[in-house]
Amino acid sequence: MTTRRSILKTMAAAGALSVWDAPIHYAFASVPTDRRLVVVVLRGALDGLAAVPPYGDPDYADVRGVLALSKDGANGLHDLDGFFGLHPALTNMKAMYDAKELTTFHNICSPYRDRSHFDGQNVLETGGTSPHILQDGWLNRALKPMRMADGVKAVAVAQSPPLVLDGPAKATSWMPSVLPEPDEEFLARVKALYANDAVLSVSLDSALALQAEAQAAMDDPSSKSMMRGGQNANLVPLFGGAGKLLALADGPRVAVLQATGWDTHFDEGAGDGQLARRLQALDGALDALKTSLGPAWSKTAVVMATEFGRTVHVNGSNGTDHGTGGAAFLLGGAVAGGRINAEWVGLKPSALRDGRDQPARTDLRAMFKGVLAEHMGVSKAALESVVFPDSASAKPLIGLVT
Amino acid sequence: MSLEGAIAAHRFGLGARAGEIAAANRAPREWLMGQLDGPTDQPQSLTDQPLQSGSDLVAAMVEYQKQRKALRQAGSVDKDQIKALNKARVQIYINEMAARFAHGFTTDKPFAEHLVWFWSNHFTVSSANGRAAPFVGAFEREAIRPHIYGTFEEMAQAVVHHPAMLLYLDNAESIGPNSPAGVRSRKGLNENLGRELMELYTLGVDGGYTQADVIALAKLLTGWSLDRDGRGDNGFRFYPFRHEPGEFVLRGKSYPSGYAGGVAAVSDLARDPATARHIARKLAIHFIADDPPATSVARLEKTFNDTGGNLKALTQTLVDDPAAWSAAPGKMRTPVQYVTATFRLMNLPRPSEQPDNWQKQVRGAMGATRIMGEFPLAAPAPKGWPDVSEAWSGPDAVLDRIEWARQIGSRLPSGFDAAAVAEMGLGPLVQPTTKNAMAQAATPGEAVALLLSSPEFQRR
Repeated sequence: MTTRRSILKTMAAAGALSVWDAPIHYAFASVPTDRRLVVVVLRGALDGLAAVPPYGDPDYADVRGVLALSKDGANGLHDLDGFFGLHPALTNMKAMYDAKELTTFHNICSPYRDRSHFDGQNVLETGGTSPHILQDGWLNRALKPMRMADGVKAVAVAQSPPLVLDGPAKATSWMPSVLPEPDEEFLARVKALYANDAVLSVSLDSALALQAEAQAAMDDPSSKSMMRGGQNANLVPLFGGAGKLLALADGPRVAVLQATGWDTHFDEGAGDGQLARRLQALDGALDALKTSLGPAWSKTAVVMATEFGRTVHVNGSNGTDHGTGGAAFLLGGAVAGGRINAEWVGLKPSALRDGRDQPARTDLRAMFKGVLAEHMGVSKAALESVVFPDSASAKPLIGLVT
Repeated sequence: MSLEGAIAAHRFGLGARAGEIAAANRAPREWLMGQLDGPTDQPQSLTDQPLQSGSDLVAAMVEYQKQRKALRQAGSVDKDQIKALNKARVQIYINEMAARFAHGFTTDKPFAEHLVWFWSNHFTVSSANGRAAPFVGAFEREAIRPHIYGTFEEMAQAVVHHPAMLLYLDNAESIGPNSPAGVRSRKGLNENLGRELMELYTLGVDGGYTQADVIALAKLLTGWSLDRDGRGDNGFRFYPFRHEPGEFVLRGKSYPSGYAGGVAAVSDLARDPATARHIARKLAIHFIADDPPATSVARLEKTFNDTGGNLKALTQTLVDDPAAWSAAPGKMRTPVQYVTATFRLMNLPRPSEQPDNWQKQVRGAMGATRIMGEFPLAAPAPKGWPDVSEAWSGPDAVLDRIEWARQIGSRLPSGFDAAAVAEMGLGPLVQPTTKNAMAQAATPGEAVALLLSSPEFQRR
């Protein structure tokens, strides 16, 4: 470890990034695919009717009241197809849609049908049919079929991998480093201390393997000074950093990112306000991801989903409560985009679940399965038996990627 | 030094300060339970700005809103002035947290403090909600600390009445649709508190309730809001004209409309057997293991049910459980626990430091926990910070701590006696491999960094 890290650091310091391939090849298994998969978990239940407003629906303006968006005015929504639009803050996503790099989904949900965030996220991330029946994440179970279970090919931008990437297959985690890095000697001693500790040794090895790569990739000094952890933390360095890692010739191919702050019970806002600021941050972060991926963007698919939607009607405090169906997104240079995938049934009370929620007409797992199959080459057998058990009813959506 | 003394200080406490294991040695269980006698200690402000009560903070919020409105109405919005107002609100939170950290570093009742942290993470309020942020310190001091050896019901009532919770889960704005205010404004219900009160704080997600129960409870709690004109009780006030009229069936039981109906519903939830099961499990997970023995959970559950949720009795049951004293490696410390244990072990900040330096070091510790991914009363969601080892032992988490440990070590003077710190602070917990590595370290600072990185110190 010592030798390899020193070599990499020296080279990075000399700016000799182009010859990186040489020392890396002996350390990492050959890359099974040059396709990139990014999963973005939106925690807190994104309001799908705000992100992807069906402004052409005759009942839309009425049911959304103060939260309704329109094409007119300073904060006019972006039209997609004359019926659906994108929230005004999603400028970069609108450009991606126009470039046929973004597909939006509506009335989509995991199989979860209650309204607890935490159980909802559990189902979204485990890929099970109900909470807590599976102990690991669907993306983790997909690593072996993708041949990416070496502890470097899959990275979570987090201190510890979130549930969707957690499980027996090896994955790593990374955050922009703000602490000075200790010397090699010291790290070697700590490694020796951890030799008999299954948890700590695996984590440390994994962090060091990736960090060697990350260091040189993160040449942007602005990514070092950010604060992390809170929900107001700037998403740009995290998404941009992930893009840089994914762009490396022998770096990770799978990344997980998270964004919080979608639980808009209070004063949600329409064209501007709380949710608009959050969406703008996400939109900017996605642009940073695209930029830092560089040419690798053309090989990338980004899956973005939330645990469930929110109520169609506005609640007592100009916000929305927990619902069922909502929006999801697939974007990237490898996506067959410029499309809207929605089994739309309107917003009349009779069309709503329990008279309050958008219905779930498409199973999120069908989208995940389609992407894993066509983009990452996961076999049907692995998808049905290992990655998403009990998902026969959710037939993979096909033709999502080019 | 006995193993039990060390476990008392590290697993139940917040990590040993010098002499603490020796003090705990003689009778570890009595040393722990003795900390629950007398009133709980309160953190003290490190600045000349005193820590404020919930009612003072509500008054300050009303004043803040008035000023902001005036600034906006003045036509030309003075962004700097509004920024200054916002900054003052953030400062209240930072001062509160600095006081809390400092108290954790120095308290001689670390088990009582650990229980406070456990309960305030259970009843999560969070600065992630900007409106609630100035209130969360007062919340812990007023709704949690005084009740850690009262009953669960008393704590739950204090929590639901506190401005911090009413703001955090939006109940302050929840209006009965058929109340006079609701009819006039066409505003209505907000389900947030009604749902989380059952799902997270009392019954648990499998505790037996439906969407209809969520709505019934939310309606019972309409009108529970902030005391905006100083006529209520520590920042709380019940507004009848916002309260939903009628009668509500919650989990099969009927409650009348009115303030008393809401209070009765909260009390019933707090005493429910499902709540006993939920709390027993959370307590066992925190102090025993991520996957605690069923017998341990059952014992705690029985105590809860037998004593009407008496938290002192519950704590005693926990302390008496042999499973809690297992010599096997314990749970991974969370970042706040890790940094606190380090400061306690190293006697930081040094008592001899000037107040300014003292504060600076506390701020440094606060920054470190934030980098490591945890900050008190700032959880990203109402479920609170995760309480299983896995959440704090990922690759980046482990590396961050090693980096920070090295930094702490690098600041130590050359004559520092690292071996003595290991012996005094961890005693029988220190493994031979760690001792050997420390003996071979180039400097005392590196030896200390190895101790802080060691598997035994990463865990409690």
